[in-house]
Amino acid sequence: MTETTTAPVEPATTGAPAPQRQETRRRRRPPSPGRVLAWVVMILLLLITLFPFYWMLRTALSSNGALYSGATSLLPVDFSWGGFERVFGLQSTEEAIAQGGSGASIDFWLYLRNSVVVATVVTACQVFFSAMAAYAFSRLHWRGRNAVFGVFLLSLMVPVIFTLLPNFVLIRDLGLVDTLLGIMLPGLFMTPFAIFFLRQFFMNVSTEVEEAALIDGASKVRVFFAIIIPMSVGPIATIAILTYIGSWNDYFWPLMVSYTDESRVLTVALGNFNAQTPQTGPDWAGLMAATLVAALPMILLFLAFARRIVSSIGFSGIK
Amino acid sequence: MSAPSSIPTASSAPPAPSVPGRRVRRRRDDTRLALLFILPATVGLVAFYFWPLVRGIWLSFTSWDLLSPAEFVGLENYRTMVADPVFWNAVRVTLLYVVINIGLQTVLALLIAVLMQRLSRSVLLRSLVLAPYLVSNVVAALVFLWILDFQLGIGNQLLSWVGLDRIGFFTSETWAIPTIAVVNVWRHMGYTALLIFAGLQAISPTTYEAARVDGASETRMFFGITLPLLRPILGLVLIISVIGSFQVFDTVAVTTNGGPVDASRVLQLYIYDKAFAQFDFGYASALSVAMLLILVVVTFFQYRVTRAGQTDLN
Repeated sequence: MTETTTAPVEPATTGAPAPQRQETRRRRRPPSPGRVLAWVVMILLLLITLFPFYWMLRTALSSNGALYSGATSLLPVDFSWGGFERVFGLQSTEEAIAQGGSGASIDFWLYLRNSVVVATVVTACQVFFSAMAAYAFSRLHWRGRNAVFGVFLLSLMVPVIFTLLPNFVLIRDLGLVDTLLGIMLPGLFMTPFAIFFLRQFFMNVSTEVEEAALIDGASKVRVFFAIIIPMSVGPIATIAILTYIGSWNDYFWPLMVSYTDESRVLTVALGNFNAQTPQTGPDWAGLMAATLVAALPMILLFLAFARRIVSSIGFSGIK
Repeated sequence: MSAPSSIPTASSAPPAPSVPGRRVRRRRDDTRLALLFILPATVGLVAFYFWPLVRGIWLSFTSWDLLSPAEFVGLENYRTMVADPVFWNAVRVTLLYVVINIGLQTVLALLIAVLMQRLSRSVLLRSLVLAPYLVSNVVAALVFLWILDFQLGIGNQLLSWVGLDRIGFFTSETWAIPTIAVVNVWRHMGYTALLIFAGLQAISPTTYEAARVDGASETRMFFGITLPLLRPILGLVLIISVIGSFQVFDTVAVTTNGGPVDASRVLQLYIYDKAFAQFDFGYASALSVAMLLILVVVTFFQYRVTRAGQTDLN
């Protein structure tokens, strides 16, 4: 209603001469109180968002004993690398216990390696297999294509949480409990979302290049590797980053499958870290150093691809 | 189907009508190649989506401790469930969590999204807002366990500065669930805000300009333009975040592990306990089916109420 009634007014205001423009410029210089208030609220929300990150860093760089007396200090209390040294096993057991650590050996490098292996393999396989399926659903011509795609879409309705218990039983039947493969297997082949997301982009790749290649005698397989994939690097990277972050942060599934250090990933190890509280009270400095190290790879990944990740979030894919 | 199949015919016809028919046919029908290309995805679909769905429902009618073979017991698990006070408590606790979590998260995310739309579209701002989403639930849980620690946490230090009593955020029956809900709001509000922000971009700026010329206030524009036009997106955001919210597990498992007593024993944690601490896979599966039904009903209801499938933009 408002739009239609005021539409004719708009050209008049933009076409108005100098005085009008001067007025807008004058209005812009002292920001309106509403705008100031809006920024204040925004900054407050940002502080709430970012404070825990700072607090992680501040605590990780403090020595654990000093945290008791300096609980309110905004800077690290009694600056020390001890927390990080304990995480990476650079301290002797006595030293660690003296500084408030549990002294138990935590094989952080192993967990880190496990997390890297799981996230990397899952991302590579899942994105590749999903891209293959997306290609079949967008660029190949075969009977029943839409029907089969519909069946794949149906799986979007199956809550992942419901599949966890039966999937565990399957992994157990396969003898893969407590192995990295057992953790990776369910995510290895596809997610309906990845197929759906990539299909949208593959459909939009121009057919001209593809046809030229086909006339030159290229096979459809070659078209996939030499044309479709290179022309969709952007969306493929987006889905790969999102998959990597999701896989890295996953906790529930690895918790079910892994029992020993051999297959323990960082998130599960961090959860356990908490349970190994020494009698003197938790080693907060060490714990925060560990959480920081666990979060760091994702933060770095994000710094490198912030623009891509941020602009990929929306309902462009899902309708 | 008809549109895509007509493309190759058109393209393969002009270059050389004399090309042997064999080649044209190969181009038009890729069935064999397509089956090869969807093979890995199909294995994943059947083995890890559809088969577990069937198996999970089947297991809910059995009694099974993983060691001896599963034994069919009909509806017994469901009968036990209906009479199980811990189950009903878990449902109540989960609902309480979802209401606090979604209520707070939606309001804050909407606020952030509208502020971003009004103030700045910079990638930096959006990145900062999204930052908590990048760390795992476990990391978020541990950080807040520390910040809200009874003795040393800066949160409680602040409370005592202001002159209030310290709060056992994770150790009191009243506070455990609200605290966990707020921790997860912290992790997800930025992500939700970006989803809503994307929806806001679809609203034409001229609508706001027109309203402004008419002398509408910011509040008036928010309730008169933003909210109604955002409804379909907001509906989808709500459906997705409610589904996610019902499945809360990580944060609870790391911070309170269901305690004190059963004050934070959410449904998913109860399922996990039944399966992996008591090895009662049949009952745990029945609980999972209950969860599935709750999700289906809630999603359907939300879809109807928010009319998420329809748009008012045209």
